[in-house]
Amino acid sequence: MTAALQVEKLNRSFGALAVTRDVDLVLERGARHALIGPNGAGKTTLVNLITGVLRPNSGRVLLNGDDITTVNQAERARRGLARTFQINQLFRGLSVLENICMAIGERDGENNNLWRPAGAKPSVIEEALDQLESLKLVDDALKLVKELPYGRQRLVEIAIALSQKPRVLLLDEPAAGVPSSESHLILDVVAALDPDIAVLIIEHDMDVVFRFAKEITVLVQGAVFTHGTPQQIMADEQVRAVYLGQEGLSGGAHHG
Amino acid sequence: MAANETPTVTAPVTSTAAPSARARAMEFIVKRHYLRPWEALPWVLVIAAYFIFPDRMTFGTQVLIGIMFALSLDLVLGYAGIVTLGHALFFGIGAYTVALLTARWNWGEPISSMLVAIVLSAAAGFASGWFLLRYRNLTLLMLTLAAAILVQEAGNYRSDITGGYDGVPGMEIWKLFGVFENDLYGRTYYVYVGVLLFVVWFVLRRIVYSPFGAALTGIRENVRRMHAIGSPVHLRLVTAYTIAAGIAGMAGALFAQSTAYTTLGVFDFDNSAKVMVMLILGGTGRLYGAFIGATVYLVLEDNLSKMSPTFWQFGIGLLLVLTVLFARRGLLGVIEDALKLFGRRSKS
Amino acid sequence: MSASAIVSILFDGLAYAMVLFIISVGLSITMGLMGFVNLAHGAFAMAGGYLVVSLTKSLGVPFLPALIIAAVVVGAASIPFERLLYSRLYKATELDQVLLTIGLAFMAIASYTYFYGPAPLTVPLPSFLTGQIDIGVRTVPAYRAFTIVVGAVLIALLWYGFERTNIGAKIRAAVDNRRMAQSVGINVDRLFTLTFALGSGLAAFGGGLAIQTFGLTPSFAVLYLVFFLIIVSVGGLGSLKGTLVASVLLGVFDIGGKYLYSDAGGFFIYVLTVLVLLIKPAGLYGRE
Repeated sequence: MTAALQVEKLNRSFGALAVTRDVDLVLERGARHALIGPNGAGKTTLVNLITGVLRPNSGRVLLNGDDITTVNQAERARRGLARTFQINQLFRGLSVLENICMAIGERDGENNNLWRPAGAKPSVIEEALDQLESLKLVDDALKLVKELPYGRQRLVEIAIALSQKPRVLLLDEPAAGVPSSESHLILDVVAALDPDIAVLIIEHDMDVVFRFAKEITVLVQGAVFTHGTPQQIMADEQVRAVYLGQEGLSGGAHHG
Repeated sequence: MAANETPTVTAPVTSTAAPSARARAMEFIVKRHYLRPWEALPWVLVIAAYFIFPDRMTFGTQVLIGIMFALSLDLVLGYAGIVTLGHALFFGIGAYTVALLTARWNWGEPISSMLVAIVLSAAAGFASGWFLLRYRNLTLLMLTLAAAILVQEAGNYRSDITGGYDGVPGMEIWKLFGVFENDLYGRTYYVYVGVLLFVVWFVLRRIVYSPFGAALTGIRENVRRMHAIGSPVHLRLVTAYTIAAGIAGMAGALFAQSTAYTTLGVFDFDNSAKVMVMLILGGTGRLYGAFIGATVYLVLEDNLSKMSPTFWQFGIGLLLVLTVLFARRGLLGVIEDALKLFGRRSKS
Repeated sequence: MSASAIVSILFDGLAYAMVLFIISVGLSITMGLMGFVNLAHGAFAMAGGYLVVSLTKSLGVPFLPALIIAAVVVGAASIPFERLLYSRLYKATELDQVLLTIGLAFMAIASYTYFYGPAPLTVPLPSFLTGQIDIGVRTVPAYRAFTIVVGAVLIALLWYGFERTNIGAKIRAAVDNRRMAQSVGINVDRLFTLTFALGSGLAAFGGGLAIQTFGLTPSFAVLYLVFFLIIVSVGGLGSLKGTLVASVLLGVFDIGGKYLYSDAGGFFIYVLTVLVLLIKPAGLYGRE
């Protein structure tokens, strides 16, 4: 079976600084994979390389077996690769509903239409409202995103990605910046994701990582330090020394 | 407009609070593009002006052309968020198409020459947009600015054809439909341009309320996210830029026809800046800002610059500074805020 | 083309380039530092020009001291503008910055038209700057030679200040990475006020120097603005070297183009500009 996402020997440097070094990563269909590592390990850079924001200096990225290394970002998204951002990237001046419709419209080609009013195709709006309902956001559908509290904006961030109906979903610290009293709302959503979607999550909260992930990759200084099951990682003395030692096994310390 | 397309609203059974929120959201989106009563106001005023100022129709025509030009800029600047300092390029290409058709090829038929102008300026918009819209920020600003001046300098180089800054000699525009001559007060062209402005407004209104229009707004609001959700951003921007260029070219063509006069000055940075000021003054990203901004600007200019051009220039500069600092949503925004305040007062 | 023509083009082009450089360099650094699109920069140059005219004609101050006084006065006068107006828009979009500064430029033009009239003004030059001087190979206009010398001195001073002093190092660090500079304790706001005043002062100096070459009318504020902006963007924001290279390229190309193909006018430099920006959007020495 071809993997949903496969990263082979990926390298990227900025000037003399190598931020991604020979990274290999495989996500099978339905994977629940966590990417952890100290700050500055190159986790977000890796997400940017996978989604096509950045081009690698060498190496390959395969989506469902197709080489997408030279494919642009938007085309990757259309082929089923979605992501969320560590810092919200939302259409702040638009309503929540319009944010979701934007993603659906781009996915099904509706946004190519210059003539028919946006409200005239009920299927798009029904789907958007369904999506909002499943995340308990429907009461805020008509509110502008910038009027929402940060925690709910984080949910919109995920809702947009889910509206793309991705086969591979990359979550870059989904609960970052959310007060701990609300973060469970977001983590519940993450836990309830469609089992067919392959998910890669970057997360600092070790509780979340160990509860959610079936596989963990540890990134240190741009290279894969080790990877394995949560039990293996937890038992790995070197990981404790290099990474977990700094943060505490169940510390859940958040870093921007 | 779209009464037969109204979808049935299906209420979910999952929660008790949801149905009303869902129904409200559905209703809002479905009715979003419906014409509101006040949207007739600009057109009532356009018609009323014809009867109230019958001897000022030459000026009135220039106001309508200004509105059309500003509308075209609103699509790229207000909706798509493309900051251009060279929009006069397309206005100029439209004007010169008409001027050269009559002066060089003795073709002064207004409607066909306007159509040629639209096609050529849209083609220029497509070609330049294809290269320029890959860039953003200062680079884009500079490239749009340089593109307009480049064409102006080329025109100056071949002033044997273009007439340089003295204008194209011997322009002769034929009667409209072979029948209607423009009278001394410019009434014919006022009606003609008014009808065309209505068509432009109708087309742009369809576009901005379409999913494509929503995608343009998305690009303005957050281009990174648009890439991430798979939007062909460059294609969308080029499409919008091409349409806007065509409309700006149409405004330029109508300008050349109504005044029977064109010089290389149409490509000036001043002209690009002027249309931007009109739009900002009225308010961006809402179509009607172009109406109110162009009208206020041109009427003020007409009155004040006769008194003192220096005073007028100072005034427009001050107005710009104040708009940016205190009324970023333009006159329309000020009117909205005033109405809101008034509504609140009358309720309490 | 004769050797004498080439010397003429190079010499005149270089003199022209020095004026362009002196006015543009402040714009480049402030834009590199804060990313602020300042379309009113030409207005400071224009203000400098008029101040030099007033000082020399009405108060009888000699030309050279007048240039320096104008630079200091305009530089100081620009500080309130930066503190009260510009600083409010550092985080705004470039559209807002463009609009605010176009507005300021319009107001400046109108004000100066009101006080000085729209007609072009001249400045009385000391006798040693009016004739021709012999530079060995041939004689050249003394004023152009003077411009080149002044330009070279200013370049040397700027280079020293930029590369060898503490404050210059801070500016370079902040242009390179503002956040990083802030986090190591550099007060970027104050640094910006300082560079803004310096840039405006240099523009005023250049404005005074330019009277003889460009002529001085209130519309100077926007007439050559496109040139300054082109130099800044072709050279690369915040790059001293880039500004210099772009000034020389543009100065020589423009003079050469007008000398050889007078009708084509400025066509060449705009083609050059578009080509450079299409290939290197961040300019010749800009950071990608």
